[in-house]
Amino acid sequence: MSRPPEQRSETRFSDFKHAYNEAQALAEANRCLYCEDAPCIQACPTSIDIPEFIRKIATGNLKGSARTIFSSNILGMSCARVCPVETLCVGDCVFNAMEAPPIQIGKLQRYSTDIAFDKEWRFFEAGPDSGQSVGLIGGGPASLAAAHELRRLGHACTIYEKRSVLGGLNSTGVAPYKMKADRAADEVEWVLAIGGIDVQLGVEIGKDVSWADLESEHDALFFGAGLGPDRFLKVDGEDLSGVFGAVDWIEAMKLQDLDLASVRSAVVVGGGNTAVDAVRELLGLGVPKVTMVYRGDEAKMSGYQHEWREAKVEGALSIWRGVPTAFTGSGKLESITVAALNADKKPTGEASALPADLALLAIGQGKLGDMLGSLDGVTVEWGRVVTAEDGATGRPGLYAGGDAANGGKEVVNAAAEGMRAARGIDAYLGGDRG
Amino acid sequence: MADLTTNCGGIISPNPFWLASAPPANSGKQVMRAFDAGWGGAVWKTLGQPIQNVSSRFGATNYGGTAAIGFNNIELITDRPLDVNFAEIAEVKRLYPKHAVIVSLMVETRQEWQDIIKRSIDTGADGLELNFGCPHGMCERGMGSAVGQEPRVNEEITSWAKEYSSIPVLVKLTPNVGDILPHGHAAQRGGADGVSLINTIKSIISVDIDRFVPNPRVGSMSTNGGYCGAAVKPIALHMCGQLARDPGFNIPISGIGGVTNWRDAVEFMLLGASSVQVCTEVMLKGYRIVEDMIEGLNEYLDEKGFASASEIVGKAIPGYSEWGNLDLNYETVAKIDSESCIGCYKCVVACHDGAHQCIHPNPDDARVPIVDEDECVGCNLCQIVCPVPDCISLVEVANGFAPASWNEHLNEGAVLRPKKGSH
Repeated sequence: MSRPPEQRSETRFSDFKHAYNEAQALAEANRCLYCEDAPCIQACPTSIDIPEFIRKIATGNLKGSARTIFSSNILGMSCARVCPVETLCVGDCVFNAMEAPPIQIGKLQRYSTDIAFDKEWRFFEAGPDSGQSVGLIGGGPASLAAAHELRRLGHACTIYEKRSVLGGLNSTGVAPYKMKADRAADEVEWVLAIGGIDVQLGVEIGKDVSWADLESEHDALFFGAGLGPDRFLKVDGEDLSGVFGAVDWIEAMKLQDLDLASVRSAVVVGGGNTAVDAVRELLGLGVPKVTMVYRGDEAKMSGYQHEWREAKVEGALSIWRGVPTAFTGSGKLESITVAALNADKKPTGEASALPADLALLAIGQGKLGDMLGSLDGVTVEWGRVVTAEDGATGRPGLYAGGDAANGGKEVVNAAAEGMRAARGIDAYLGGDRG
Repeated sequence: MADLTTNCGGIISPNPFWLASAPPANSGKQVMRAFDAGWGGAVWKTLGQPIQNVSSRFGATNYGGTAAIGFNNIELITDRPLDVNFAEIAEVKRLYPKHAVIVSLMVETRQEWQDIIKRSIDTGADGLELNFGCPHGMCERGMGSAVGQEPRVNEEITSWAKEYSSIPVLVKLTPNVGDILPHGHAAQRGGADGVSLINTIKSIISVDIDRFVPNPRVGSMSTNGGYCGAAVKPIALHMCGQLARDPGFNIPISGIGGVTNWRDAVEFMLLGASSVQVCTEVMLKGYRIVEDMIEGLNEYLDEKGFASASEIVGKAIPGYSEWGNLDLNYETVAKIDSESCIGCYKCVVACHDGAHQCIHPNPDDARVPIVDEDECVGCNLCQIVCPVPDCISLVEVANGFAPASWNEHLNEGAVLRPKKGSH
């Protein structure tokens, strides 16, 4: 499996949330109340039995602790680092109601899963061969989680990934102060270690292989290809050197060594989590001035408030109710014209010029669901593949999950949907092996 | 400020807080530092024929991340020359005349007792404590708890000590007996001026699950030791109260066992202790804990309107009775304060798995559990597991039944209320 190169811009970041040492983990684990029917479990898309894995840390049953986590979520290592725990499990910890510090579930999960990785503990093996095979399109969290579960159920798996690396956004998109690409590669290896997962890199559906080929090759298919390319504003000057889609730029920052020495002023357009990540990444890489331009108000931005608060502490500037109407410069970006908007996001007629030598557009990504639009039985809404609870599309044998189906959520949602789809596929294939 | 002056069997100290006979009272320098910190008295580390100790000597019981809620040791009596000990005791008494210094003793023969008592008195010490309690090592040599477990021997040696001593004699009792009463009475018959209890409880503190040897480990072996620390307080309180409420037992008690703070001390005093002795908490935290003990006791006495510490001695004894005298018609049910409840459902699982299945999840999203009061037996378990102070209270139910104990029911036909939760 190909691993990311040594020289990468992202390696300049350290973990913003430090890993626990043993003493810290024990102190925190012992603070957990071990709630019954715990709200934190309900808040976790993969329903990890959080009080149980924490209790096992406290008793020194580390292997059992990791087993509890991975049994519910094979991507528990990356989720421990990248989950927005403040809005999920930690946000629902009962200590919040007591106005006491909530249990640091993410850090404890990281403690347990990191040890499992370090010690190379293996908890799962492939089930008896079912004689059936499943093709998985896309090599990100949804497909990895699905493939691992399918292997436990005995089905042969082939993952088709158009990039040269597996891991999806865990490898190419996660903010490096949460997790870097090499750790994502560790996790890919950890998942593939169950064996029997064939990986086809550099294969794009519709180009290198057709749907008809896939459907004849496999007994069932899982579509987990994520989202499409960055959207652009379709205004003048977007083709100037220095203007990039944010997801593209982040991928480059994570997998290559970028030269940002000449960047004095960067602008990130958008108010979602990709925008906030990009702002913090630019600041962390030493860009002196980073401004977020968002068409709405601060209170209405879709990026997590706890992340944006940190960004402001790190020096982020912002322009609210603004939208770029032109990117200008001679040969390369020099200035952005920002039109002012009113509360209804309509132009007020005022505009200002914002000097900038780098602009990242984080205004959303295209949806890949349209790739399936031509298939009979598949319903696509707003670019998202519509699925039942078990991931089934309307086409027999075709399942979907992750961003392609949910429109863009967290890694943990993709992991949950991948696992559910695997069970749906198993049922479809006639498996009832418990 | 209340008067904290303590008189325990004729031994006077400025407050009821004494160092127990143990490592914190091993030497003159230590005891003087303890007195400087505020301790009212010190029972010197037991003197006898100096012994040779092992390493290691201590072990601890940890719970939920809290170290040493229980503690044990396999250390023996003093390993320092008697001459040195006596010289230091005399020096302490010379420099701290108002503090109580009690010499703990453990020897074998009548002649040895006579000799060591004379030398102890010569130091100017305020009292003696006969160590009839040590449950490890010394008992194998016929001393310590081997004496304390035989009322006849206890009485005899106590009477020797009283014969030779011109200063008060306390007898330190072992808890390693089925019933403490005969042993307290033996000391009283022997003429003791008071008893101190409890000494440590025979125990194995833990087992090294990697080496297959109990702790504390001495090479490839270990032995049973004496259990003490916070966890033993309930056992000590019972034995203290058991003696204090016995009409035939009329000598003072120095309470020992799991005293970690002023609250524990007050509890011992309410159950009949005139003074309290502390070892483990000092070993874990240092002499400095006495500042809070003195202050806390003072505040408590002031708040309750007591002019002196001695007024609370035995105050809870009338409230300690036999089970057969308890009012079976007294009924409580659990009430959960929905404002402070945090929805952890610890009470739900505890009640379902460990009690009477009468606290249920809330069918709404509120997560404030629902108590089925018709089924609630008022057992207290929910309140014990609740992490929020005062969230769950046990509220008395006016059921219309006159008080009736089991004894009254048996002997006088008193009417009992219908049982709850027994179907």
